[in-house]
Amino acid sequence: MRIVVPIKQVPETSAVKMDSETGTMVRDGVEAIVNPLDLYAIEVALELRDARGDDSEVIALTMGPPAARKAVGEAISMGANSGVLVSDKALAGADTWSTSYVLAAAIRKIGDFDLIVCGERATDGDTGQVGPGIAAFLDLPVATYISKIQCDDRSCLLDRLVEDGCEQLEMEIPGVVTVVKAIASPRLPTLGGKQRARRTDIPVWGAADLDVDSENLGLSGSPTRVVKIFRPQVARECEKLPAGDEDAIETAADGVIEFLTNKEFM
Amino acid sequence: MSLDSNNKKHAGVWILAEQSKGRIGRIGHELLTRGRALADKLQTDLTAMVLGCDIPDDDLQGLIDRGADRVIAMEAPQLANFLVEPYSACTAALLDEYRPEIVIAGATSTGRTLMPYVAVKIHAGLTADCTELDIEPETNNLLQTRPAIGGNILATIKTPVHRPQMATVRPHSTRPADPQSGRSGEIIRLDAPPDLLTSRVKRVAFTPSTDEMSIQDAEVVVTAGRGIKRAENVAIVAELAEALGAALGATRDVVDRGWMSYPHQVGLSGKTVTPKLYVAVGLSGSIQHIAGMGTSEHIIAINSDPDAQIFQIAELGLVGDLFEIVPILTRKLREATSRTH
Repeated sequence: MRIVVPIKQVPETSAVKMDSETGTMVRDGVEAIVNPLDLYAIEVALELRDARGDDSEVIALTMGPPAARKAVGEAISMGANSGVLVSDKALAGADTWSTSYVLAAAIRKIGDFDLIVCGERATDGDTGQVGPGIAAFLDLPVATYISKIQCDDRSCLLDRLVEDGCEQLEMEIPGVVTVVKAIASPRLPTLGGKQRARRTDIPVWGAADLDVDSENLGLSGSPTRVVKIFRPQVARECEKLPAGDEDAIETAADGVIEFLTNKEFM
Repeated sequence: MSLDSNNKKHAGVWILAEQSKGRIGRIGHELLTRGRALADKLQTDLTAMVLGCDIPDDDLQGLIDRGADRVIAMEAPQLANFLVEPYSACTAALLDEYRPEIVIAGATSTGRTLMPYVAVKIHAGLTADCTELDIEPETNNLLQTRPAIGGNILATIKTPVHRPQMATVRPHSTRPADPQSGRSGEIIRLDAPPDLLTSRVKRVAFTPSTDEMSIQDAEVVVTAGRGIKRAENVAIVAELAEALGAALGATRDVVDRGWMSYPHQVGLSGKTVTPKLYVAVGLSGSIQHIAGMGTSEHIIAINSDPDAQIFQIAELGLVGDLFEIVPILTRKLREATSRTH
């Protein structure tokens, strides 16, 4: 079984700072990490491979700037057999439609795949649209929010978490799944894995290496445009009650009860 | 997927009204609130699309009563539950036939799977998880605003050329439209064409969840943030929640640390809530979090930092140590409640 895991390199979210003058993101010095939710996809792919005990493979795939090679390396150091970086200036600024388009083309080039395992979403964009998008471009079935997976050569049995419970699905393969945290506990890269990642040749594919139409690439090939980025205005008139010592707390608590009484909560 | 077909005249606003076991759910009624506002600004019609099986007339009329001008229901036994391929094929066929300019769906497990699949198939732009939708006056383009980069900022996104303009909207980010008497509209029931119903995914079983009170359904939510410092201290906040008859929420920090489980998480990556009263305990109010609760009717915050952002959206703020404040507040609430009974 050949399993492809598309992953994304993201800024460590909590470290993102805004330039208050320009209103843009300060990327300098922000550490780039593998999208934390993609680690679950890598882990479950490795577990599926290892459970088969045959010559099954896990192939990590990412699209990003040259530095995103590090993300593929991390997947290999966790245990992925190989990886591919898709990197080209022409791809910069792609939205989820265009990103799905390119990743689908890269997966076609990898070829002979049985399963594509994605994280639920990336922690920077937070859309969760690329997994289903890849499936649509490859004309494959997709099952999202998967918390449990078992596969044989023809199909996968899946638990899918939905609002009011858990669906059990049977999906023919090849197919695409997006997985939630409950599916696995990601392993840490091993020292041997890190050494293997350094030795492994990670091919870099540009747009010219893929069967893609240049009209569909990058910012100009993206249907959506970001027109404005701003800090939200979230002001309400707040009555602040000091509650620094016991007397003040008693008074403040009475203030809360008065508030709740006035608003007819009590 | 050529753009030529996209350039024919597109008009009208559509919402996807999801059903479960044949009954139209709350998210469809919330989207009618959104869709009606957009349709009125564009001076156009609002259509509710339903995919399912044997939907009762009353539920379809309920969509008209709540603001739709037209309901289009496509039905087949294979559409009883969401499966991406038949749902996508039927949606794409309807959009191709009726050519709306805007299509919005809930950011639910269904909407977040169906919409990206359809958007690829019909070469449309799609924006995920919007918290605000508006119309740009000069162009009549849909302005889609959503939290971005981990919720630190808001981004407004538009789709200048491709049609329809598609968006998913967070559940519970707006109130459901109320039924109004005397509204009339067209209800179209269509049998789904059999060739659109093949699916390589089968639903073989379903286990309903047996969870405690959902934070999305509660009228009062009390949420604990990182300020509670450790898992054992959840109990302090839980007692306050109990005294208020509230559901217990958590920030992402609290869930990531394993102090509470994911169903409790409020915020961009958790659930959006719009309770009548929201009590924020020991949380600073990241934009990520505010995206999930900012539309609560009343907000009370307890935090030791007088400059915490949560105070900017709270009506009432208690500035001090939560470990001292919460037990006293809980005791006083219990006393006050027992006096009134």
